[in-house]
Amino acid sequence: MVSFQPSEEQQLIRDTVAAFASEQVRPRAHEADEAGVIPSDVIQQGWELGLVQSAIPEAYGGSGDTRSAVTGALVAEELAWGDLSTALHLLAPRLVVYPVLEMGTPQQKERILKAYAGAKFCAGSAAVMEPRWDFDLAALSATARGQNGSYVLNGAKCYVPLGDEAAHLLIYAATDGREDYAGVSGFLVERDTPGLKIVEREKNMGLKGLSTHEIILENCRVPAANRLGGETGCDFAKLMNYSRVALASMAVGVARAAFEYARDYAKERKAFGVAIAQKQTIAFMLAEMALEIDATRLLTWEAAWKLDRGEDATREAYLAKNYASNMVLKVTDNAVQVLGGHGYIREHPVEMWARNGRGFAVFEGLAIV
Amino acid sequence: MIDFELQPEVVNAKNMIHMLAEQAMRPISREYDEREHEKPWDFLNMMWNASQSSNPVTFGDGKAKKDAGPSFRNLQSAVTIEELSWGDAGLYLSIPNPGLGGAAVAAAGTPEQKQRFLARFRGGEPKWGAMAITEPGCGSDSAAITTTAVRDGDHWVINGTKIFVTSGLMAAEKSDGFVVVWATVDKSAGRAGIKAFVVERGTPGMTVTKVEHKMGIRASDTAAIVFEDCRIPADNLLGSAEVKKTTEGFKGVMATFDATRPAVAASAIGIGRAAVDFVREILEKEGVKIRYGISPKKLTTLERDFMDMEAHLQAARLLTWRASWMMDQGMHNNLEASMSKAKAGLAVTQVTQKAVELLGPLGYSRKYLLEKWLRDAKINDIFEGTQQINLMIIARRILGYSSKELN
Repeated sequence: MVSFQPSEEQQLIRDTVAAFASEQVRPRAHEADEAGVIPSDVIQQGWELGLVQSAIPEAYGGSGDTRSAVTGALVAEELAWGDLSTALHLLAPRLVVYPVLEMGTPQQKERILKAYAGAKFCAGSAAVMEPRWDFDLAALSATARGQNGSYVLNGAKCYVPLGDEAAHLLIYAATDGREDYAGVSGFLVERDTPGLKIVEREKNMGLKGLSTHEIILENCRVPAANRLGGETGCDFAKLMNYSRVALASMAVGVARAAFEYARDYAKERKAFGVAIAQKQTIAFMLAEMALEIDATRLLTWEAAWKLDRGEDATREAYLAKNYASNMVLKVTDNAVQVLGGHGYIREHPVEMWARNGRGFAVFEGLAIV
Repeated sequence: MIDFELQPEVVNAKNMIHMLAEQAMRPISREYDEREHEKPWDFLNMMWNASQSSNPVTFGDGKAKKDAGPSFRNLQSAVTIEELSWGDAGLYLSIPNPGLGGAAVAAAGTPEQKQRFLARFRGGEPKWGAMAITEPGCGSDSAAITTTAVRDGDHWVINGTKIFVTSGLMAAEKSDGFVVVWATVDKSAGRAGIKAFVVERGTPGMTVTKVEHKMGIRASDTAAIVFEDCRIPADNLLGSAEVKKTTEGFKGVMATFDATRPAVAASAIGIGRAAVDFVREILEKEGVKIRYGISPKKLTTLERDFMDMEAHLQAARLLTWRASWMMDQGMHNNLEASMSKAKAGLAVTQVTQKAVELLGPLGYSRKYLLEKWLRDAKINDIFEGTQQINLMIIARRILGYSSKELN
């Protein structure tokens, strides 16, 4: 039965995360962007919301709540509204927890999940992207070759959130020469594995508060038991659909932040004797921004809803993510434009949102619902 | 709970209407585009008869009644209107029903008026209702209406010229219908002085002076109507005659748009979907694959264009469903109704433009219906509030501005 209303439980989670984002995350976002680090107290407080632990079964110390992509979309939007770097940092552990939860072998669950059910933030991460201009999820160039009960990984990965501190890294590579989605496997790699080199922190246009790293794999040998899902492997296409929903939701969050700021500014700022929002040029820009934000959210919800039903949502998630990438670019750029020269000054957050917003067309696999 | 699955009842209605669109509308679509101003009587009679035994397909007919429990009438309207317009938007608009005039009666009329004007849509010959707002000198600026209504004893006397009245000919002259006319009872009162009046078919003083030749939706008649000392009973006024300081009355009539805008959006989406379906069919026949999931950088221009068409169409559809759902829930949907209309009107104009471009000579040729859909689509960016008017409404809503503060 068609409904656009979150369940009571979802609304409660959404409100809680929204309050955290507005009271704790947003006020520190500028500082985090300038300093290149998310304040640890913000991370710890965010951890205490239980966003990672909730889906971990009680047997492994979690709350055993049902995982839902729709709920995940709501959470991702609110956190990213607060700050994208903080959102990606806080949710990074999900990059390893959720795939293990859904597709891991019993041994993998046993080994991994407990670490993320504790009282302190535990960094976890996944390596999806690769440092190539023609990077393509459907054609990974990192390889994993099966050899005597283990896999040998080669290639380069980039944009690995918390790559230098993650307790577990889930590295995706094309298995046995098959580079399409079905040929991709995930490997749970220990940080001290020979052949795994975590390169120094990347310097990016945006996401400056988030620590991301390049990873080099040189004949990095991983036991076959560490292949996500064991012999059956994982459903990489599905994982990337979760990721697209998460990123699209975050794009909506960033865009909404920029829209609201520009809207409020336009009502304050006077020109030619009236608030600039009273000029149609500005008012129509804001109207289109609001409309497109809503449109993107609905596309994203629909993809998430389809995932929750266990249906293939490749088309919906892909279209939503691409739509969101374009939308956030336009909305954040418009926000800078509404503020004019002031929008270009770092004292206002809109230029940061424009830098962060630019990334969505590039990002893949940085978050998951 | 957030859910995108249509109720089984709605799915049934959708399937039924789709079959009708495919079998009864598509085959005559080109014919009644070319034979402008001729009526497809077989189709119209069939639709009229069908409406007698079931709930007629009408524009959103108002908010959910309190305590009536969950309703999905408006959502079902949006879904079925999409199917009908997928068949043919011009034919859909020409279906005999209370139309926009009926929506105004339903929204602002007393129970007695509803009975008097709407009961006729049960039984007898096909009938039409219409709404006359636009004038030669005012379109979007509805408050600038110059048509006057002057009280004379037990009557109102209406004078003025109305244009762009959808189904105006059928409602005013060719069936036992009626036209709801917007007129001012007190020019100095501005919006507050504007009232809606029901003029019965064939009332002396009401004359259809012209049926327009249009770019698209040619099966639907769009009439100019002149009112010359047109005398109607006093109780044909919808709502109160009192000119209040506030603009409540005007707002009441404007509220009709909250129901009709999602309906127009739904119609737009039906046309856009027809175009997308056609392009998909041709591509499939030619063995062209649309590759979802690969790097967007690697998409061909054609794939990228096609995906854009799909995404914009779906975005418009979801906004429309939301606006309709809100009405079913009894929620105020003024902002969301305008969002759906602004998005759908523009998206579908662009989708059909792109579809013609993608199919090249096939798109531009009158051998296929695609060029017609492009022509049909454009009206949705204009009537029931242009894209710009809807952006204005959205802007006022999100900024908390009155029409005085933002205009």
